[in-house]
Amino acid sequence: MTIIILSLNTQIKLSVSTLNVQDCVDWVMSPECGGIDVFIGTVRNATKGKAVIRLEFEAYEKMAVSEMQKIAQQAIAQWPIQKISIHHRTGVLQIGEIPVIIAISAAHRDAAFDACRYIIDTLKQTVPIWKKEIFEDGEVWVAAHP
Amino acid sequence: MKINILAFGIAKDIFGGPSVSLDLANDANISNLKYLLEQQYPRLKKLATYMVAVNNEYALDGDTIHERDEIAIIPPVSGG
Repeated sequence: MTIIILSLNTQIKLSVSTLNVQDCVDWVMSPECGGIDVFIGTVRNATKGKAVIRLEFEAYEKMAVSEMQKIAQQAIAQWPIQKISIHHRTGVLQIGEIPVIIAISAAHRDAAFDACRYIIDTLKQTVPIWKKEIFEDGEVWVAAHP
Repeated sequence: MKINILAFGIAKDIFGGPSVSLDLANDANISNLKYLLEQQYPRLKKLATYMVAVNNEYALDGDTIHERDEIAIIPPVSGG
């Protein structure tokens, strides 16, 4: 399943299919921008020294896209940036696959870097998406317990 | 009133399924709902924290629940 929400300057996508970095870059490219900042999350092969086999992402889909849209709008209100694309995966991801891409275009780089940092940090705190780490000998929902 | 509660992530494991149904007083708020759920599913109290969403928005403890609201339990998120 794929959900996309578009506005004039934001593109939010939640998808069970492989994400494409170039799609995000192309979407935010604009003649007024002097730079594009891109954050790409990738699946790491270990957590706290323990080998991870794969990750499984689950989302409360409608709310997840609406929360991502809110974060994008907050960033646009806060920094002089042009366009934002946020893509997030759901489903099973293998090591090295991409769970999240954030691309931001701006006239000047400072705003793009700052907004990008804000978006990934806030996304990790508020967007209803959950990841389960699968190990050789078990599995755990990340951050569930103190 | 009877309400249906959606569960995600570890909440789904705790409830033993993607949703549970609960009988609530007509003027019940989020606090009342959490109390009842924690009585039935004590493992909820072991979570780092959890939120309740009403109609796709995070709700506060004092918010009143209405019969056709879409209610979801949001355990600690871990996207990105």
